[in-house]
Amino acid sequence: MLAYKKEFLQNLYRTMVRIRLFEEKVGECFLGGELPGFVHLYIGEEAIATGLLSELNQDDYVASTHRGHGHCIAKGAKIKPMMAEIFGKSTGYCKGKGGSMHIADFSVGMLGANGVVGGGINLAVGAALAAKMKKSGQVAVTFFGDGGANRGTVHEGMNMAAIWKLPVIFVCEFNQYASTTPSSYGTSVPNLAVRAQGYNMPGVTVDGNDVFAVNEAAKKALEYVRAGNGPYMLEFKTYRIKGHYVGDPELYRSKQEVQDHFDKNDPLKNFAKVVLAKKWLSQKDMDAIYAEVAAEVKTAVDDARKDPYPTDSELFNDYYVEGGVN
Amino acid sequence: MREISFSEATLEAMSEEMERDSSVFVLGEDIARQGGIFGQFKGLPQKFGTERVLDTPISETSIVGAAVGAALAGMRPVADMHFADFIGVCMDEVFNQMAKVRFMFGGQCKVPMVLRAPDGIIRSAAAQHSQSVEAWFMHIPGVKVVIPSNPADAKGLLKAAIRSDDPVLYFEHKVLFPMKGPVPDGDHIVPIGKANVSRAGKDVTIVSYSLMMHRALEAAEKLATEGVQAEVIDLRTISPIDKETIFESVRKTKRLVIVHEAVKQGGVGAEISALVAEEMIDWLDAPIRRIGAPFVPVPFSPPLEQLVKISADNIVKTVKEICR
Repeated sequence: MLAYKKEFLQNLYRTMVRIRLFEEKVGECFLGGELPGFVHLYIGEEAIATGLLSELNQDDYVASTHRGHGHCIAKGAKIKPMMAEIFGKSTGYCKGKGGSMHIADFSVGMLGANGVVGGGINLAVGAALAAKMKKSGQVAVTFFGDGGANRGTVHEGMNMAAIWKLPVIFVCEFNQYASTTPSSYGTSVPNLAVRAQGYNMPGVTVDGNDVFAVNEAAKKALEYVRAGNGPYMLEFKTYRIKGHYVGDPELYRSKQEVQDHFDKNDPLKNFAKVVLAKKWLSQKDMDAIYAEVAAEVKTAVDDARKDPYPTDSELFNDYYVEGGVN
Repeated sequence: MREISFSEATLEAMSEEMERDSSVFVLGEDIARQGGIFGQFKGLPQKFGTERVLDTPISETSIVGAAVGAALAGMRPVADMHFADFIGVCMDEVFNQMAKVRFMFGGQCKVPMVLRAPDGIIRSAAAQHSQSVEAWFMHIPGVKVVIPSNPADAKGLLKAAIRSDDPVLYFEHKVLFPMKGPVPDGDHIVPIGKANVSRAGKDVTIVSYSLMMHRALEAAEKLATEGVQAEVIDLRTISPIDKETIFESVRKTKRLVIVHEAVKQGGVGAEISALVAEEMIDWLDAPIRRIGAPFVPVPFSPPLEQLVKISADNIVKTVKEICR
């Protein structure tokens, strides 16, 4: 394995811990009845967003999914306005109008989570088309799960990106469940990366619980895409540790199955094992990061609780740019 | 004033706006190589290159989705739907993405794009190529809907739509494409949200738009010979609707008829009727009447197709019923 700079490793760990603790806190607040709506957690999949998006520039684009908190964090969104948004507060990224499924931060190229499975695919294709037309060198990354892979949007988007050689990376987070339906039932092939062949683009299957494997695959994909060769598909095998949504009774799988996966494949534990064995980071390094992030998440929640809800007068703000309401 | 066709008018609008703003581009099926199925894009690729006039695969979902994405990334796309009937294919991209992202994201972005959709009944195109679906979109917060009836408005509204920072649906009746009419020279803009009183009158208000404006004006001519002075309003934009122009006319005429080619049930006429009934029913001297197609898909066979089309005589008859 390649050696990494210490700062890079610290950043990887910080991002993964940030996602983990943020999600744990969101789950806790939801079960405590504090959050409106519903939330989908990214726990167990942290290595993918972290290993991949750490290679992007700030102005590269990401179009995310309903399970988008991790993508936001890894793209550089701040957790305070994220948490506030999930609480529905006016200090949130979307001023409380979007919530968990619609968090966006355009200042870091995060074109939004998306409440419709497969809804973000073509937004990324369009952003990549714009980048190509402007010759800006930007790339677009879009995420979907093994469930989303079966949407027609993926087919149309991949084909269009391929014929126009657009700088898009299609990222499948194969987390084994499409809502409650196991992918072994709902998906025609065990490895979705084979579908990339049908669009004449490279497609590789990678261990999505290993942040280093993700990162290496991401670098290759980015090199290919940035060179103007067209789109690329990355399939990351992972496991959705939490239910489809917080509160999911999870009648479709056993607790033992979940525990086995978590014991074997927890991306944070995987990371710790490697960096400690290779002495790239010390336990002390990691503990310091963990404590710092825990405090950051606590502050975000404390603030979100105190922050104001939007006032009635905000209902029609940020709507039509030019009037339009009767 | 010079006379050009509706189709040429839209082409001028496209050409002038693409000239004016390098972020404007157009994508759709059969537009670069073929020039559009109605010739409405002819010559654009020669002028602006196939980087800005993009032939797409038959992928409506991707066409609209990519247009939204490109708009979010700073472009001003014009996406062509081939036939308005095909919007159903990409409805998620239209009503969940295009219409909502700006609001959902708290105003962080805007979606300056135009969706062009040729609609309406033409030569037995049958149930999946003949529909007028504009009313669906006036029920969707976040989009604007324009629907010109003549070449001048076709140009002015398309230019306004392209310059708008909001997503605009632009419905263009297929029968109108070859129709000629006067179009002002220069940078002719028709503001979105403003109806036009196309003919003044004092006895009844006829509100219409698109191709049916021509039936309405024909009906007004006939009515005039019988002593009924109809005021004819061309809505031009159906969302946001120009209530004031309608109300002002109804205050004067005290009678209202709304005419559209789309099915009557749940149509634009229903919304206008409700607005007038809610806000100014005391002004009315007669019941509001709506003229629209019967509630049935558009049939293929010419004699059957004839039964769902609105004629000037239908309008004359209805107006006379409430002007007795």
